[in-house]
Amino acid sequence: MKVAITSSGPTLQSNVDPRFGRCPYYIIYDTEDGSFKAVENKSNLAAGGAGIQAGQNISDMKVEAVITGNVGPNAFRVLSAAFIKIYSGASGSVKDAIEKLKKGEYRETAGPDVGSHFGMGR
Amino acid sequence: MEKSRKLIISVASGKGGTGKTTIAVNLALSLSNVQLIDCDVEEPDCHIFIKPVIESRHTIFIPVPVVNQNKCDGCGRCQEVCLYNAIAVVNKEVIIFPELCHGCGSCTYFCPHKAIEEEKKEIGIVEIGKSGETQFVHGKLNVGMMMSPPVIRAVKKHINKKKTAIIDAPPGTSCPVITAIKDTDFVILVTEPTPFGLNDLILAAEVVRKMRLPFGVIINRSDLGNKKTDEYCARENIPVLMRIPFSKKIAEIYSRGDLIIKVLPEYNKEFQELYKKIEQVKVNPT
Repeated sequence: MKVAITSSGPTLQSNVDPRFGRCPYYIIYDTEDGSFKAVENKSNLAAGGAGIQAGQNISDMKVEAVITGNVGPNAFRVLSAAFIKIYSGASGSVKDAIEKLKKGEYRETAGPDVGSHFGMGR
Repeated sequence: MEKSRKLIISVASGKGGTGKTTIAVNLALSLSNVQLIDCDVEEPDCHIFIKPVIESRHTIFIPVPVVNQNKCDGCGRCQEVCLYNAIAVVNKEVIIFPELCHGCGSCTYFCPHKAIEEEKKEIGIVEIGKSGETQFVHGKLNVGMMMSPPVIRAVKKHINKKKTAIIDAPPGTSCPVITAIKDTDFVILVTEPTPFGLNDLILAAEVVRKMRLPFGVIINRSDLGNKKTDEYCARENIPVLMRIPFSKKIAEIYSRGDLIIKVLPEYNKEFQELYKKIEQVKVNPT
């Protein structure tokens, strides 16, 4: 299964970024073989609709689950339509988040947990 | 410049609450053959001061896309061409976010299957009226809408070239401000001599310079704060057109929704001189 983790940097040691649409990187991690790649989030500078664009990009990468801090209503709608599982409320390093997922410590998020524009810093 | 052509003057500011409306309404009402145009459609307030009689109202719509599921094959072209991230296409399903739609029509135009139809969405109204001899136009963006530029453009369509037009612009430096001050002959940037006022004045001045519009500064509450705003204007060759002191009397007039020029008639001359200075700067730009 391919998992996208919102990350503040390009490595497994980077911290999970709490913003889904406006994080700087996504770590795309493959739980089958433990391989990963860092993808720059090009939508984090969007004037509006960053969560929608990020949801689109994540969906296009054939990811099956997302680990992040918070997800807003628009991103939630896109990810849900793409049948992507959302695990929000994550913090700490990307590596720890992956371990927690493997141990089944995350519960799937049933709805958006922040309002629109959460990641815009205002 | 042709003599007959009247000026369109916009009143803007980087920082909010510096006194744009105060300047716009008092300047407009100190002049004759004038239109007051309130383009701050998110929070229009000129009407509070001039108490116009509204004579007509128009509803403003933008076209938003609606997908005809029978024709759509989920190719995703609409998502690719949308500059505003208002469309997502996942698992061949088109999801439209109308609140992000600017009504540009690109998705409709580029859809290879003609599967997008446009629906009119109401986003606000324009009201036209007058107060005495002053013509008045303002727009009101509906609550919950984010796209003010289409309403601002609809308001500006009512500019009458035979009259001097004073435009009260929204605060800030983003799309609504650009839309309001675009194609005006002169921009007044209202500021206050505080660190916040100066910071946002510098941003606003950069925007106005990029748009190649002649502009000048009014320093409101000019005896507060520090001299840095004056120093900035001098260094940048920006004319300071007027100063209004920090006065309890003026604050009271404003709070009652009155006009400075009515309660303190000596200000009539000050605002008329402001207009003359603008005409001069406009003719002899620095």
